[in-house]
Amino acid sequence: MTRDEILARVFAELESVAPGCAPENADPDAALLDELDIDSMDFLNFIIALHKSLNIDIPESDYPELATLNGAVVYLLQKANG
Amino acid sequence: MYEFRMPSLGADMESGTLVEWLKKPGDAISRGDIVAVVETEKGAVEIEIFMSGTLDQWLVQEGQTVPVGMPLALIATEKEEKAPSISAPAPRPASEKAEAPPPVPAAVQAQPLPVTQAPPPVALAAEARIKASPAARAYAREHGIDLAAITPGTPGGAILRADAERGAALQTQAPATPTPASARRSKHGFDFDKMRHAIAAAMARSKREIPHYYLSTQINLRHATAWLTETNANRQPERRLLMNVLLLKAVAQAVKAYPRFNGFYLNDAFTQAQGIHLGPAISIRGGGLVAPAMHDCDQKSLDEIMTSLRDLVARVRAGSIRSSEMSDPTITVTALGERGVDAVFGVIYPPQVAIVGFGAPHLAPVAHADGGLAVEPVILASLAADHRVTDGHLGARFLSQIAALLQEPEKL
Repeated sequence: MTRDEILARVFAELESVAPGCAPENADPDAALLDELDIDSMDFLNFIIALHKSLNIDIPESDYPELATLNGAVVYLLQKANG
Repeated sequence: MYEFRMPSLGADMESGTLVEWLKKPGDAISRGDIVAVVETEKGAVEIEIFMSGTLDQWLVQEGQTVPVGMPLALIATEKEEKAPSISAPAPRPASEKAEAPPPVPAAVQAQPLPVTQAPPPVALAAEARIKASPAARAYAREHGIDLAAITPGTPGGAILRADAERGAALQTQAPATPTPASARRSKHGFDFDKMRHAIAAAMARSKREIPHYYLSTQINLRHATAWLTETNANRQPERRLLMNVLLLKAVAQAVKAYPRFNGFYLNDAFTQAQGIHLGPAISIRGGGLVAPAMHDCDQKSLDEIMTSLRDLVARVRAGSIRSSEMSDPTITVTALGERGVDAVFGVIYPPQVAIVGFGAPHLAPVAHADGGLAVEPVILASLAADHRVTDGHLGARFLSQIAALLQEPEKL
């Protein structure tokens, strides 16, 4: 998968777990939860959605790597193509 | 015949707008069914019914705003159904029979009603029930007339069929103005101004009437965090638990030991609630919050609480909360720490008598009894409680019990 495909998927899943959170307008290096005003339930639902749609394993211990949009894209790119 | 009434979905609710009927006349109804959707200041609520039978007739049409306690529909109970005359429309005097229209088939009544009728005048909201003859009701139903907008021929008397006919003539003369947006809202829409108004009313009443006292304590989450990490490590994402689930269960178990924090203060007296129905405060994107009941929390496993929390969060944000969830919470739990603050001191939601608050779990230096110092995960828990029911002494023991329960997460 390309970086753009991953990014599009991340945006789509975020928009689906927190409608109206507008991830495309967010600072990609800011803390995701604060930047999008989502809570731990939203974040877990985001992880569940990624796990299902990309079919990759995201252990809880890796959550810090998904703390920002850019971090999440780098992590998922590596996992999806690794 | 049972009158299905506009329920009170909170101390601050005075009226509600019936936005959608989910059952139509002739439909069988079972206890627990969702019969209608009502728009309140706190959003749309699915109204459940607590008896079984058959929906006989609607007394209120979609789009109407009516006060709490007003009958919305008539339900024929199971016993009545067996009597031969009940499934027929309400009986009419023999003299009227000739002009009586044939019964409207249920399928026709199920059609969405024309939205041309004006909202009922505000003055009528004070009248808890509209008195009308069965013939007048049938006529109004058939012609899509709002009985609330009709004046009876005799002042203070019931609306008769003649009055309904006269009213129909008047109502059709009026230009068909589009219904204001506030009168008919989408099932999933929130009116943030209305919600703010409802929160303001409830919180002002709370601060005016409830003598709050506040306590806080730092709870060590070392064991809880380790247990959660270990548990989640072996689970797929959809089966993972959140720390909030442990907090909720600990509160539920502590409430069991300290039931004076679980119930309602009404009419100068405290009534202890039978069940432990925690109300987790759930924020709504764009503003506002709802704390719906998570029923019998003390009897739920951690997995069940997680499932229930996920379901409640999703439904609060989609605007499909049920009536029993709005009216049943016996104590509120707010975990505002989600948003990064150290601590939250809640305002009690009347007529409840306590609210437990959790700040953000964070790392902090912790001094141990042996003089050692360690950096460990902690959380600040707070209690705001009603001095008319308890004192700080009992509050302190309640809060300490929550802390103690969180030291043995495997037993929760």
